[in-house]
Amino acid sequence: MANENASRIDVLKTYKLFIGGAFPRSESGRVYEVTGANGKHLANPALASRKDLRDAVVAARAAFNGWSDATAYNRGQILYRMAEILEGRSAQLTTEISALEGVTPRAAALQVQESIDLLVWYAGWSDKISALAGSTNAVSGPFYNFSIPEPIGVVAILAPSSPSLLGLVGAIAGVITSGNTAVVIASEKSPLPAITFAECMATSDLPAGVVNVLTGSTTELAPWVASHMDIDAIDASGVSTKLLKEIKVAGAQNLKRIKVFGEVKSTARILDFMETKTVWHTIGI
Amino acid sequence: MSAFEYAPALESTAIVDIKERYGHFVNGKFQAPKSGKYFPTINPATEKVLSNVALGNASDVDLAVAAARNAYVKVWSKMPAAERGKYLFRIARILQERAREFAVLETLDNGKPIRESRDTDIPLAAAHFFYHAGWADKLEHSGNGASPKPYGVVAQIIPWNFPLLMLAWKVAPALATGNTVVLKPAETTPLTALLFADVCRQAELPAGVVNIITGAGETGALLVNHPGIDKVAFTGSTEVGKLIATSIAGTKKVATLELGGKAANIIYDDAAIDQAVEGIVNGIFFNQGHVCCAGSRLLVQESVHDEVLEKLKVRMANIRLGNPLDKNTDIGAINSAAQLAKIKELTSAGDQQGAERWSAPCEIPEAGFWFAPTVFTGVSQTHRIAREEIFGPVLSVLTFRTPQEAIEKANNTPYGLSAGIWTEKGSKILWTASKLRAGVIWANTFNKFDPASPFGGYKESGWGREGGRHGLSAYLKAIK
Repeated sequence: MANENASRIDVLKTYKLFIGGAFPRSESGRVYEVTGANGKHLANPALASRKDLRDAVVAARAAFNGWSDATAYNRGQILYRMAEILEGRSAQLTTEISALEGVTPRAAALQVQESIDLLVWYAGWSDKISALAGSTNAVSGPFYNFSIPEPIGVVAILAPSSPSLLGLVGAIAGVITSGNTAVVIASEKSPLPAITFAECMATSDLPAGVVNVLTGSTTELAPWVASHMDIDAIDASGVSTKLLKEIKVAGAQNLKRIKVFGEVKSTARILDFMETKTVWHTIGI
Repeated sequence: MSAFEYAPALESTAIVDIKERYGHFVNGKFQAPKSGKYFPTINPATEKVLSNVALGNASDVDLAVAAARNAYVKVWSKMPAAERGKYLFRIARILQERAREFAVLETLDNGKPIRESRDTDIPLAAAHFFYHAGWADKLEHSGNGASPKPYGVVAQIIPWNFPLLMLAWKVAPALATGNTVVLKPAETTPLTALLFADVCRQAELPAGVVNIITGAGETGALLVNHPGIDKVAFTGSTEVGKLIATSIAGTKKVATLELGGKAANIIYDDAAIDQAVEGIVNGIFFNQGHVCCAGSRLLVQESVHDEVLEKLKVRMANIRLGNPLDKNTDIGAINSAAQLAKIKELTSAGDQQGAERWSAPCEIPEAGFWFAPTVFTGVSQTHRIAREEIFGPVLSVLTFRTPQEAIEKANNTPYGLSAGIWTEKGSKILWTASKLRAGVIWANTFNKFDPASPFGGYKESGWGREGGRHGLSAYLKAIK
């Protein structure tokens, strides 16, 4: 955000949460300071509370039926639209990434471009994944039997801190392209791209509540995520090994599917958050 | 005797040869347990002891895991896939050849009617081996990358409701994918697994590829927690499934869990009612209701409630309960005293909470564990009998008015294993099937199983699938 007029004071953004399509502050009133790699103050984003998490899960659950019922074509177009809007926000995100991660503006710009292209990649999967993962099954008897992958429900994402935008976009796109809804705990260290990306999602025809973004302390929120009985699965790629074990223990209460991914571009990110449904029907006259 | 009564038609038990005691089957041989201890397994229809089996302790588990590791490293992982497959084909054929022997033994040890062990359990077990045998040399086509790899040594813990069939569901895909196995059958039904050891001998399966240790929950826990295990496959209660998920947290072990259910069986008013009644009976009374996917919650549309219940009671009155070895028997013995106590406890809760009980009039034999086919009407969603898995021949009936209400009620459970839909309208079947949060949906049928058909649940009914390409993938690491 180059300042052409040296005497002009920038209008800085208040980074807020993204819950149910709105941008509230934390109900707790808490914020925390985020600084750049050079130690300079960048923003005071919300320090989300357990109550904010609960609100986000309620919003995500409420959005699930509509989003999973939307046609795959429609979901694909909305993911593509997210890419379009992200393209338009490239400059702002480049600045944020560069400041937070301490990388050159060029490297930051490349990360934004890669994120845009990744969204386009996942957009295309919405109406193809079932052809890949589904089957008709040759059972021994007069039955028509088929298996299809279905979205699992509400997926929590504990986002990695680096690459801050790319890791986040890959996680979100993989989760929602199939019809899941998401509650994202943004990287504690690099939360700003997550909120700016939330602003992209808010203007991409993505229905309210499909993706909800919380900023704050991952170590504070992760145990509540793990024990929340209305969360079906967790992408825990952004947590330490020690925290991962705690999450798995708490997540066993409702047998959450808890996954960790390496690559951002992977069909596993879609399929690991889907359930296979098999339907039998008699054949006869 | 009236014209319509059956004469007894007992299956002979001469075909089975049960030894007085069995050790663990480790490294291709039966071995006395290091614990030095044995425990009895009884026939639940007579309460007579059939045999005594080894009680596995930590040393027994160590030896079994070491044998499986050795066989994995030296033999099974190095064998050409097609050859591995041929062993599975052999096993399938031997199971077919010795099917009657297995059926009789299963009925003796489990209490299920010979009609079911003979026509369902054993043929399906053989089919599972035959199906997976063919996968062994085609894994690169299974959707797991160009060269998927086995995990290594798999701990497999199976339940008592379909002992040999559950063994087949576990062992066949594990072996086809190149894993080796330590299997623990349920403590009340170990005998067909121990007879399976003899099938391994006849098939000349390399020593240590399949190891079988017997014991109760403590032995199972020792196996799950053994550091030499790479993967756990468990079928049983959701409670134990959660314990396993907890105990493997922080390790590299992965797990497949097939757990409990409280399936809704939905009868719309435009269903073929007579067929639906048959489906209801099959859904809940098959295998004494000892079925995780049993249609234990009947959701019947209000307008046909009375008609369905009237016909159901007539049909239930004709169910034959008794000697499991009688070929005419529909309902055999409850598998154990403990299970019978659980069924009695939950049905008492049904009475206390205000549901109305009706049991089919049938003679209960003096010895053994039995429970008459029972239906509760006037059940509400908060009743324990509508929420908890009874795992017995007990049906809870709830009603609904609109399809939306049916879905709402069907999905109102932490489980998500299976569901049934009865209607003559195709579009309604597909609408209902798409809304139900369950892994297996039967439309105008119920309780059908096939090795080619993935089986497994949503939500707290477990992790992963068994059967089909999806089930195979649970035993493979995708290497891309």
